[in-house]
Amino acid sequence: MPELSIERALIVTEVYKEYQGKVSVPVLRALTFKALMEKKAVYIGERELIVGERGERPKRTPTYPELCCHTLQDFQVINDREKTFFRVSPEARKAQAETVIPYWEERSMRHRLFSQMTPIWKDCYEAGIFTEFMEQRAPGHTVLDGKVYEKGFLDFKDDIQRAIRSLDFTGDPRAYEKREELKAMDICCDAIITYAERHACLARKMASECDDPVRRQELLKIAQVSSHVPAHPPRTFWEALQMYWYVHIGVITELNTWDSFNPGRLDQHLYPFYKRELEEGTLTREDAKELLECFWVKFNNQPAPPKVGITLAESGTYTDFANINTGGLRPDGSCGVNDVSYLVLEVIDEMRLLQPSSNIQLSAKSPDYFLRKACEIVRKGWGQPSIFNADVVVQEMLLAGKSVVDARSGGTSGCVETGAFGKESYILTGYLNLPKILEITLHNGVDPRTGKEIGKKTGPPSSWVSFEDLMRAYEEQLSHFIDVKIRGNNVIEKLYAENMPCPFLSTVVSDCIENGTDYNAGGARYHTRYIQGVGIASVTDSLSALKELVFERRLLTADSLVEVLGRNFEGAEALRQTAVSRCPKYGNDDDAADDIMRMVFDAFYRLVDGRKSSTGGTYHIDMLPTTCHVYFGSVTGATPDGRLAGEPFSEGISPVQGRDKFGPTAVLKSASKMDHVRTGGTLMNQKFSPKVLEGEEGLRALMNLVRGYFKLGGHHIQFNVVDAVTLRDAQEHPEKYRDLIVRVAGYSDYFCDLSRALQDEIIARTEHKSI
Amino acid sequence: MEGHRGVIFNIQRFSLHDGPGIRTTVFLKGCPLRCPWCHNPESQSRLPELMYWESRCSGCGACVPACSRGALRLQDGRPVLSSGQCAACGDCVKSCPAGARGISGRTVTPHEVLAEVLGDTVFYDQSGGGVTFSGGEPLAQPEFLEETLRLCKDAGLSTVVDTCGFAHWDVLERIAPLVDLFLYDVKLMDDAAHMESVGVSNKIILDNLRRLASAGSKVTARLPVIPGVNDGMANIQKTGEYLSSVGVRRVTLLPYHDLGKEKYVRLGREYPLEDMASLPDESIERIYHTLRGFGLQVDVSGQS
Repeated sequence: MPELSIERALIVTEVYKEYQGKVSVPVLRALTFKALMEKKAVYIGERELIVGERGERPKRTPTYPELCCHTLQDFQVINDREKTFFRVSPEARKAQAETVIPYWEERSMRHRLFSQMTPIWKDCYEAGIFTEFMEQRAPGHTVLDGKVYEKGFLDFKDDIQRAIRSLDFTGDPRAYEKREELKAMDICCDAIITYAERHACLARKMASECDDPVRRQELLKIAQVSSHVPAHPPRTFWEALQMYWYVHIGVITELNTWDSFNPGRLDQHLYPFYKRELEEGTLTREDAKELLECFWVKFNNQPAPPKVGITLAESGTYTDFANINTGGLRPDGSCGVNDVSYLVLEVIDEMRLLQPSSNIQLSAKSPDYFLRKACEIVRKGWGQPSIFNADVVVQEMLLAGKSVVDARSGGTSGCVETGAFGKESYILTGYLNLPKILEITLHNGVDPRTGKEIGKKTGPPSSWVSFEDLMRAYEEQLSHFIDVKIRGNNVIEKLYAENMPCPFLSTVVSDCIENGTDYNAGGARYHTRYIQGVGIASVTDSLSALKELVFERRLLTADSLVEVLGRNFEGAEALRQTAVSRCPKYGNDDDAADDIMRMVFDAFYRLVDGRKSSTGGTYHIDMLPTTCHVYFGSVTGATPDGRLAGEPFSEGISPVQGRDKFGPTAVLKSASKMDHVRTGGTLMNQKFSPKVLEGEEGLRALMNLVRGYFKLGGHHIQFNVVDAVTLRDAQEHPEKYRDLIVRVAGYSDYFCDLSRALQDEIIARTEHKSI
Repeated sequence: MEGHRGVIFNIQRFSLHDGPGIRTTVFLKGCPLRCPWCHNPESQSRLPELMYWESRCSGCGACVPACSRGALRLQDGRPVLSSGQCAACGDCVKSCPAGARGISGRTVTPHEVLAEVLGDTVFYDQSGGGVTFSGGEPLAQPEFLEETLRLCKDAGLSTVVDTCGFAHWDVLERIAPLVDLFLYDVKLMDDAAHMESVGVSNKIILDNLRRLASAGSKVTARLPVIPGVNDGMANIQKTGEYLSSVGVRRVTLLPYHDLGKEKYVRLGREYPLEDMASLPDESIERIYHTLRGFGLQVDVSGQS
C-alpha cells in the first residue's frame, strides 16, 4: 500500500536551515543531495538483485517541500481519497506541522511561483485555459543515453575537474557561476558513490546473517556490484542495470522531476554486455531475463509523488511515465533491434506492470517479426507496448536542429514526447485547452464560467460575416493565450534556473559539464520547451458545426447558437442532434472537417514554434493530453459539436469519442493530414473489440494498420483491445477487475484507479469492429 | 464522361474478410436470389429503401410532417411507417436530427466509387489488400461493375468480386480479366432444394463456376453453412466432389450467424429464420474434414 515518507522532507529542511545563505545555490542543492544520499534509509528486499529505493522501502514516496509544501489538509486528502491515495502516518503529520511547514510554507517553489504570476495568468490558469507543469514538480523530462555504461562517476569527476581548470576568470563573466555549478556536480558524484557503498555494506551485513546459501551468494554479489558501480563504468549486464538504477534513484531523489527519467534505449545499451557475457559463458538468456524482471519491479515500486490541486485533477495516477524504448535505429542508422529487444518484449508480457511503460520504436527498417511480437502483446489488451514511428521521430528532431546521430540515439518518453536522450532538456510546460479558447472567442473574450474577461475583445459573434471572420477571431484569442502562457513560463523558467538547479541530473546530461551550466539553466546540448495542445478534434468538430449550421446552412445565427450553448442545449435537442449527426466530423477521412483541423493545427504551430525561452530554449508543440482532456472538458460549457457542458474533450489526436463512422483506416487518414513532423509528438489511441484481432488475419491487420499509418507519417499509435461490456462490468464490480489495465493516454493505468469521468470517456471511445 | 451509374448501399473500409489484406468492400444493391439467411437484406432489392434505427430515434416527430405522402404517423412516441405509401424519397431522412433514418441505396458513377476506394490505398499496399465488389449481386449491374473494375485496375488496385454466380456467362467472361480473385458462393448441390431455398436453379451457377475455373480465373468457393439447409453430409460430399472436379482448390466456410437480424428490423421486415437453431462447432469441424478429404484447402471465416 502506497505510503507517504517524511524522511526526505526532514533531511532537506535540516540542510537548508544549516546552509542557506552560506553557500551558493548550486552548492546548497548539492549539499542537500549529499545529505540525502548519506542519510536516507537503505533497503534491500527479499530476493532482490537490483537495489535502491526512493523511500525507506518500496511504495514509500517522499515529498519535496522545496517544490510543494503540503498543508495538513493536503495530507488528509492524500490519505483519505479513494483513488491514488497515500497513507500518511501521525508522525509524518506531526513532523510536517512542526518542522516542514514552518520553514517551507513561503519558500516552496509553488508558493514563490504563484506569487510571481500576474493576475491575467492566474485568471487563465483558474479558468482552465492552460495548466502549469512546474507548479509542484520540477522540470524534468529527459532520458538517459549510453554515457553511464561507458563512464563511472569517478570519470565524471575527472571531466568536472577538467572543466573547472579550463574556466577563464578574466574573460568569462560567468566563470564564478560555472565554478559553483561544477563544484556542486562534483559533490553529487561523491554522494551517489557513497549511496551505493552504503548498499554494499548492508548487503555484506545481510549476507553474514543469511542462512540460505543461494541468497547469501546473491547478497555478496549485490555488495560486489555496488562497490564497483556507479564509481566505475559497468563491466557486466548486472552492473549495467544497477548503474542505471543508482542514477535513476539519484535523479528522482534530487528533485521531483516530471515524466520520470528512464534508461531510454535500454536494449541497445545492454546488448554489448549481453552479447559478450553470453559468449564468455558468464550469463545465460534466462539470467538476463531475471535481472531485467528485477529491474522492471524497481520502477513499479516508485509511485509518482502525491499531487495536489489542478495537477492532481489532470494527472491523477501513480504512474510516473517512465517509458522504455525498444528497437528503433542505431546511431549509424542501421536497424536497432537485437536479442535484448525481444527479451524486453518477453519481460513486459510476463510482468504486466504499470511501470515502466514500454514502447517499440518501429522503423521501416525494423523486421516484421519485431512488430509481430509487439502486436501479439498489444492484442492481449492491457495497453502495452505503444508503437512509435522511429523514422518520423528522427525527422522531427532533425527539423528541430539536432544532429542525425543525436536524433537516432533519441526517441520518445513520457507519453509521446520526442527528445534527444541524454542531451536535451525537453520540458513540457503545460496543456493548452484549444476548445475552451473557442468558447472564449464566442463570448468576445469573456469566460462564461467565471464571468471574467480573460481574452481579447475580438468582437461579438454577430459581427462575423463569414467563417473566415470566426477563424480570424479564434486565432487572435489563441495568440493572446499563448502569449500569457509563455510570459508566465519565462518567469518560472528563471525561478528554477536561479533557485532550483539539479547538479546531479546535470552531471549525466550532455553538455552541462562542458558548459558549466545546470540542466535547469539551459546547460544541456538541446533545450526545448513544449506546449501541448488538447482537444484538437473537439475544436475541429465545433468549428465544423459552426461553419455548417451558421455560415452555410444558416439554420441559426452565431448569437443564437451561443445562447443555446449557454443553456446547455436545453430545449434544443433537435439542434444538438443535428450538430452531432449532420455536420462533417474529424476522423472520417472527410476533408470538409479535416481541413479545419489543419487550420487550427497550423495556427497553433505558427504561434508557438521557434519562440525563444528565457534561458535560451526553443518552443515546439505537442499534441497530447495525458488525462487533461477530462479536466479541460469539466471547465468548459457546451460546445457547438453537440457536446454537453462538462463532458470530456477528445483525447490526443483521436476523433471525438464515437464520432468516427468509417473504421480505423479512415481515422488514421484524417490524423495523417496533420503534419506530425512539425510536432514533438502526437498521440493516437484506437480501441478494438478483441474479436477483430483474433487469429493470424487479425494480427496481420493490426500490423498492417500500424505500418500503413506510419507510411502516412503518423508519429505514434496505441491500442486498447477490450470491449465496452467488460469495461462497464468493471465499473459495476471493481473487485473483480483490480488487475484490468487500460491505455489512458500515453500511459496505461489500472481501470479501477481512474476517475469515473475518465472511465466513461474510455468506454465512449469508438470500438472498431469488422464485418 | 459520366459512365454507367450503379446503385450501391455501402462502401465499407477496413474489411478483413472479403479477400486478402485490408480491403474496401463496395456493396452493390439488388440480387436475383432470395436466401432466407441473407445478412444484408437491404441488398436484395435494387430500389432505394428506407432504414430506421429505433435506438437512435429521440421520438421528436420531425419526420412525420416531412413526409409528403403521409406515410408516417407517431405512435407511442415512435414514428410508424406504412410501407406501401413510402417512395423512399428521403425527405424524412433530411428532417431527422438524430440520424435515425437513412436511405439504403445511392446512385453513383464508377469514378465516384474509385475516388472513395482510393482513400485507403496505403493500407492496401501495405497489406496486399484492395477493393472487393460484393452485394447484393455485383454481376446484376454488369456495365457499372465492368467500368468500375476497369478504373480500379487502371489505378493499380487488386480486385475481388464476391458473387453468387447467377448471371449470363458472357458477363463473367467480360469481367474475368479485370478480377484478381472471385469469391464464389456455392450453396446447395441439389437443384430442386436450391430452387426451393433461394428461388433459382443452380444449373447456371455451377456451370459458370466450371467455366470460370477452367478459363484460368482464380476462384475461392464460399459455402455459407446453414443448419438444416445445406450442412447434411450428402450435400457436403457432392460439393466437395464438384469443386475438386472443376478445379477449384480453395473453399471458405461461412458459418451461419444472425447478426443481420437487426437489419430486418430497421427495414421493418420479419426475420425469416427466427427459430433457426445455432450451428454446432462439431458440424463445422465435420464439414471441414470432409472437404479436406477432396484435397481442398478449407478455411473457416473468422478463424485461422
